[in-house]
Amino acid sequence: MLRDITLGQYYPADSVIHKLDPRVKLFGTMLYIISLFCFRGIVALLAATVFLFAVIRLSKVPFRFMVKGLRTIMILMLITAVFNLFLTPGEELVSFWKLKITAEGLKNAIVMAVRLTYLILGTSVMTLTTTPNQLTDGLEKALAPLSKIGVPVHAIAMMMSIALRFIPILIEETDKIMKAQMARGADFETGNLIAKVKNMIPLLVPLFVSAFRRADDLAMAMEARCYHGGSGRTKMKPLRYQKRDGLAYLTVTAYLGVVLVCRWFLPWPM
Amino acid sequence: MDAWGRGTVICMSIIRARQLVHEYIRRDEEGNVESISTALDHVDLDVKQGDFIAILGHNGSGKSTLAKHINALLTPSEGTLYVDGMDTSAEENIFPVRQAAGMVFQNPDNQIIASVVEEDVGFGPENIGVPTEEIWRRVEESLAAVGMTKYRHHSPNKLSGGQKQRVAIAGVVAMQPKCIVLDEPTAMLDPNGRADVIRTAHELNREKGVTIILITHYMEEVVDADKVFVMDSGKVVMQGTPRQIFSQVGKLKEYRLDVPQVTILADLLRQSGINIPIGVLTRQELVEAVLRAAQIS
Amino acid sequence: MSIILDKVNYIYSPDTAYQIQALRDINLEIKDGQFIGIIGHTGSGKSTLIQHLNGLMRATSGAIYFHGLDIYDEDFELRELRNRVGLVFQYPEHQLFETTIFDDVCFGPQNQGLTKEEAGLRAFEALRSVGLPEELYYQSPFDLSGGQKRRVAIAGVLAMKPEVLILDEPTAGLDPAGRDEILDLIARMHRERGMTVILVSHSMEDVAKYVDRIVVMNQGQVLYDGVPREVFRHYRELEKIGLAAPQVTYLMHELAAAGLKVDAEATTVEEARACLMEALTGVSSARRDIHRE
Repeated sequence: MLRDITLGQYYPADSVIHKLDPRVKLFGTMLYIISLFCFRGIVALLAATVFLFAVIRLSKVPFRFMVKGLRTIMILMLITAVFNLFLTPGEELVSFWKLKITAEGLKNAIVMAVRLTYLILGTSVMTLTTTPNQLTDGLEKALAPLSKIGVPVHAIAMMMSIALRFIPILIEETDKIMKAQMARGADFETGNLIAKVKNMIPLLVPLFVSAFRRADDLAMAMEARCYHGGSGRTKMKPLRYQKRDGLAYLTVTAYLGVVLVCRWFLPWPM
Repeated sequence: MDAWGRGTVICMSIIRARQLVHEYIRRDEEGNVESISTALDHVDLDVKQGDFIAILGHNGSGKSTLAKHINALLTPSEGTLYVDGMDTSAEENIFPVRQAAGMVFQNPDNQIIASVVEEDVGFGPENIGVPTEEIWRRVEESLAAVGMTKYRHHSPNKLSGGQKQRVAIAGVVAMQPKCIVLDEPTAMLDPNGRADVIRTAHELNREKGVTIILITHYMEEVVDADKVFVMDSGKVVMQGTPRQIFSQVGKLKEYRLDVPQVTILADLLRQSGINIPIGVLTRQELVEAVLRAAQIS
Repeated sequence: MSIILDKVNYIYSPDTAYQIQALRDINLEIKDGQFIGIIGHTGSGKSTLIQHLNGLMRATSGAIYFHGLDIYDEDFELRELRNRVGLVFQYPEHQLFETTIFDDVCFGPQNQGLTKEEAGLRAFEALRSVGLPEELYYQSPFDLSGGQKRRVAIAGVLAMKPEVLILDEPTAGLDPAGRDEILDLIARMHRERGMTVILVSHSMEDVAKYVDRIVVMNQGQVLYDGVPREVFRHYRELEKIGLAAPQVTYLMHELAAAGLKVDAEATTVEEARACLMEALTGVSSARRDIHRE
């Protein structure tokens, strides 16, 4: 049942991409996304393709893992493509019944499909090669300047990493409580919406009680181990930029540069 | 040294409680006191550096409250508690006390913070500002001490209960405490996990000289302790060696505790007129006693 | 009248890298009125097994018959099965949710379609049988002590009047006195109501003291199935799979090996005492057979 849900699907491997500083991957992914939304022309598309597949290759993550992520958004992609295809005004190519396909529509549909696919593939390279912990570490360090203006960056990062640790535990617990209530004749499936919501009470109350108890226990355990917020804390795995991180930044910036140059000077055929 | 710990002799006690009282005050919505329950009732207790101590008591006898005091998670309502010579009621002592006396809790899931074993072990040292290289050294040493090095890159969610508890112990060991309080660490484990955790505690005591305070209600875990305290309704009602404690089967039953099966059997045989010495603790001892009795008859 | 398992297999996440066979060709017959102990270390499949008995989990292959009816038959009412086979999970107090103890115990009977009055009667009866003081009935279950909460949770299942009561480690986390109270309560249910009871436990001492049949699970299979003395005769094999016989069984084996004429198969303190008295004094009057109805 619920245990089939997997979160933070990290794919362990020993690759350059895995070793990169999570901040590089975060900023790199951001720049990559920007590039996807401003590319124009076949040359830029080519650059994006080469860049994406080179990174995938370097990450040593099997391509089928990447494609898995695509399956879930297939429907969304189809809908977007169909809307673009039929609803873009312009030069008519084919028409039947009340629908007509325009050249612009066709172009938009293809561009949208490519953008979405590349977007998913690119971001999944990041999630597949970075553990959730590295990600939160990266976020904490990257957003550190914000703590000067009073944003509790350390606390937010700590909350995120604790949530990541406890989500699987709470999912398992939900499963257990559901079964226990079903053994007492509870019904979680039938009935209309109101009945269904009402039937969730025997599941939700124990789940909240348990979550609060866990939170309480955990807070005490953290205190017992001298936790007192981010001040004066050292790091077991501090983030330090290596040479390869600099190179990675350079590569991504260069790639974005190419895409922008193409957008301004070689926008053909788009 | 007099009975109150005053005097010129250097005190060897790592834990010293004097007339320690803890009251839980329950208030209603307006903040008026609804009820007061006394969880610790004038407790006097001394633990010698390097000892393996067991504290027995049924649920609600006050033993967990005592444990939280030793870690300065709670502070005395009355009386005093010194941990490694530091008064736990002084604000500035809180972190040194927590560093000197580490704590392992009952629920293995609710005390592991990180998603990777080694990072969790490093959590305590990170909090007290240990330099990075030193953290790594301590993590390695602590994981080795509890026999979990093999699992250092694992997610805690994939470990068994006993393994999680050993990770929790490693997390405490990494802070290099003088004393570790284990608050019913085996209550949620299966027999194998239980044995592993108790063995680990004994090893730390023997090899690293860490004082262990084991709170439990499993009698078999107490047999090898240096000293046993029995608590009931917030008071220390019995103390002595395991043999002294377990020779009083009737009294233990009164405190809602029980004794190892061999001890009960030895007691029953003695009551039936067989010549068995008082305070039999292990199977070996009973076998010998029965064989001796058989030869005589 | 019984539950029969015929070649039951269960596989977690089949056809993936994480595939685990939790049950392998389980054949069991659970006769009416038996008091059965299921033992096995963590991951041996015992929890998976008991969830099959009330249809919460569905076997990957094999068949289960309840009173001669195939529970996987399309016409078979699984809800009805859950009414008749009560399952108390580990730490059952974690499932309490109502504002009062009484309402919580009513939850099961009301789901069975009983009227409010009938459900209330059942709740009263169940709460009385678990020995909860009446003045607590209308308090919040969250204010109780651990042992009391557990009794309320067990009452919640008892109120459904099941024919078979299955308990997954009902004494986990309780202190010795609390443990004895719960086990005595269960034994009384068995004795007085003739209920079939299945007790999943880690504690050999508890199992030996109460049950009349032990099923030992290992790696998803039934390793031994028999009366306690028979099963504990294999104490060396049990050790190999991370289990152990009760302490007294070891003691008696050691005494027998040392040449003392004793019944090496005693499994409870009481049996051991009787048999040692006989060996040491030559008087057999002390011997009391332990009847377990």
